[in-house]
Amino acid sequence: MTAVELAGITKRFPGVVANHDIHLTVRKGTVHALVGENGAGKSTLMKILYGMQKPDEGTIAIDGEQVSFSSPADAIARGIGMVHQHFMLADNLTVLENVVLGSEKLYGIGGRARRKIKEISERYGLDVRPDLLVEELGVAARQRVEILKVLYRGARTLILDEPTAVLVPQEVDALFANLRELKSEGLSVIFISHKLGEVLSVADDITVIRRGTTVGTAVPSRTTPRQLAEMMVGSELPTPETAESTVTDRPVLTVEKLRLAAPGGKALLDDVSFTIHAGEVLGIAGVEGNGQTELVDALIGLRHADSGTIRLADEEITAWSTRKRREQGVGYIPEDRHRHGLLLEAPLWENRILGHVTERPNAKGVWLNPKAAQEDTRRIVETYDVRTPGIDVTAASLSGGNQQKLIVGREMSHRPRFLIAAHPTRGVDVGAQAAIWDHIREARREGLAVLLISADLDELIGLSDTLRVIYDGRLVADADPAAITPEELGSAMTGAATGHLEHEENDEPGEDEAR
Amino acid sequence: MKKFDKERVLLAVAGPVIALAVAFVLSAIVLIASGKNPVEPFALMFEQAGFSDIQVLIVNQASMYYIAALAVAIGFRMNLFNIGVDGQYQLAAMMAAIVGVHANLPAVLQIPLLLLTAVLTGAFWSGIAGVLKITRGVSEVVATIMLNSIATAVIGYLWLPDVFGVKVGNNNTTGEMHDSGWVPGIDMGAAGEVYGLVILAVLLGIGYWVVLNRTRFGFDLRASGASETAAAASGVDPKRMVLTAMLISGGLAGLAGLPILLGDTHTYSLNFPTGIGFLGIGIALLGRNSPVGIAFAALLWAWLDKASPELDFHGYDKEIAVIMQGLIVLSVVVSYEAVREWGLRRQQRRVGAELAAGHVLGATDNTTKEVAGR
Repeated sequence: MTAVELAGITKRFPGVVANHDIHLTVRKGTVHALVGENGAGKSTLMKILYGMQKPDEGTIAIDGEQVSFSSPADAIARGIGMVHQHFMLADNLTVLENVVLGSEKLYGIGGRARRKIKEISERYGLDVRPDLLVEELGVAARQRVEILKVLYRGARTLILDEPTAVLVPQEVDALFANLRELKSEGLSVIFISHKLGEVLSVADDITVIRRGTTVGTAVPSRTTPRQLAEMMVGSELPTPETAESTVTDRPVLTVEKLRLAAPGGKALLDDVSFTIHAGEVLGIAGVEGNGQTELVDALIGLRHADSGTIRLADEEITAWSTRKRREQGVGYIPEDRHRHGLLLEAPLWENRILGHVTERPNAKGVWLNPKAAQEDTRRIVETYDVRTPGIDVTAASLSGGNQQKLIVGREMSHRPRFLIAAHPTRGVDVGAQAAIWDHIREARREGLAVLLISADLDELIGLSDTLRVIYDGRLVADADPAAITPEELGSAMTGAATGHLEHEENDEPGEDEAR
Repeated sequence: MKKFDKERVLLAVAGPVIALAVAFVLSAIVLIASGKNPVEPFALMFEQAGFSDIQVLIVNQASMYYIAALAVAIGFRMNLFNIGVDGQYQLAAMMAAIVGVHANLPAVLQIPLLLLTAVLTGAFWSGIAGVLKITRGVSEVVATIMLNSIATAVIGYLWLPDVFGVKVGNNNTTGEMHDSGWVPGIDMGAAGEVYGLVILAVLLGIGYWVVLNRTRFGFDLRASGASETAAAASGVDPKRMVLTAMLISGGLAGLAGLPILLGDTHTYSLNFPTGIGFLGIGIALLGRNSPVGIAFAALLWAWLDKASPELDFHGYDKEIAVIMQGLIVLSVVVSYEAVREWGLRRQQRRVGAELAAGHVLGATDNTTKEVAGR
């Protein structure tokens, strides 16, 4: 029995075919994984299924009956529910209020709704308490509220868009347990991901999308991650592993007892000390929001430390302005490139100037040198393989991966001594990801010191020479990337383990309890 | 590459053209609604633009509009809304007039002194708003509006006979300035004189372009306007940039009244033109903050001003011109935003299409390169 059948779906945006002849069949009571690299067309397809966009060609059938959605309301009415990657919850309302918001007619807003929520929560093991404020909940609990919200509205097919992106490994396991409950009750789940290990562990069926079209289906029990990866990218998957160590004993960045407090006095960073040597990549692992952003801001000079010192080679730079730091060799690949790394509506060559306006070749004295900047932009575009028809197009017209390659090229062109790389490959396709890793590795070989912050634990473990774990504004643990597994790292990220993390061969680490 | 340049010109022109066309049509509708001929007033006004004496009036008026609009535009370029240009230029003109009455140096020193007085007064006045914004977080919009009203009060005070005022009949004036501070006009024969400081306006326009487009400071300023967060991350000190931009904006604003003060009236009186600062906002909008665009917009505004009195002689109300100015501003705001979004999306599509077709910059092996990102 099929729950959802998409046949021959084609969606064109002017100039671009986002989806082309896509076929997807989801059986009832199964978890169906939709995998593909970033930009392959997964999101567009799900927007079509959820009624946010209309396909140009092709048909949608729910429970064998052909349908046509013109809005998400239509989709919800047919039992399709979507859990977005970015949660859509009001922090200052309770779980109950969030759930009934917009669906007050279903079960009212009082006792009946509360009973219904409890009933759903128990039936699927979601452990949602209706009277807590959402702001008191952690990420995983919020996600369960989102799932409950969808079930409350009567969904029989759930779309989960990259649900594990924000979770640590233990929370992922708990989520998968929930998904198994759902399917045992006869519900269907469409699970969007590009993490192959997870897909293979939870899915009953897998459909692979590449460049906007379905390139095949796979059965998890008879597929290896490598085969799946090759279907996904059409070639071999790159690995972030660095071959030989290039770490020297020459300290480039030394941070001592750095403290940064919020206006209310709460410490955002406390007692943070570390040293990065020339040729070393220091990876910072942590659940988002534990002080990574503040650490980066303090290092680039957007916020000034309340106490503690930052030294670049032999100079203390704690009081330096952002500009001076950048001039003196601090490179910056920001976490949010749209907000901090680019002028979206400015041409590429002006974006090449951004952040380095006082440096050659961009400026001569107080004057800009647009010719030289344009010339150098052409060089960056070619060397760093930025796919663009020209350097006069706006940054906004490039894909995320190409924007990021431009930023990496720009920062590397000024031969930084110390590079801050915050999520350098977030939202970047596999090809660009490999290229960015290569550039970081190459610069490291030449003596660059790198601070790497990433949510991708494989990237962290693969690229780093040293690993530290940040939790609640403190560096609580360290680990040897050669010997640690993502699971062990994940447990430290929840604050459960501190000190030096040792890989344990047989046993699971004792602190490994999913929150 | 040429394609994208042409594209940019098209986008730059499309906004104003659409806005003007819409404004003309809407004005015609207003005329029809009031039972008037919708075409003749425009014909009359176009005819006026052909007379050389009217042309001189237009150029003179436009020079002041131009400077005021530049002052507004430099704020716009970094997302600051200096509504206070009006108060800044009036107070600056008053101070320049007072200095011109009480100091008497040789012309080569006197005129620069008066210009400097005006610049410093304007910058001081806008600087108050700038300091309030960076120290107390006061919105510059609110602060400059308040400062406009305070400027009016200050001017009223300075006009008192026992302060700096001189009563001429019922008129409040500052007295006549020494003629060493007068800037001679450019004689156009029977058509009249073009203010000498029109040249200053042109130079300011050129300077504006050079500073914004060819200096590090200009880049920082534009970056701050395009994205405050990206500018900060690039090393711009946001507070210092706010204050600097406010000071420059106010300094420029201070000069807006000087073409007429030094070229014609030689005194600051009740008859001194008011409201130029507010008109400058509309002109800067229409001119898209570009020095050339603002020049056209200033001339257009001055034309509407100077050609419309003729309408009264033909049974039309000259206020049609004011209605038209208002309609232009309204349609400008709408059409620019629409054209901007359209242009951005259009470019994204074209880049997508070009990449799909394999036109990748610098790629010699186009055929083998695939379009990975989207």
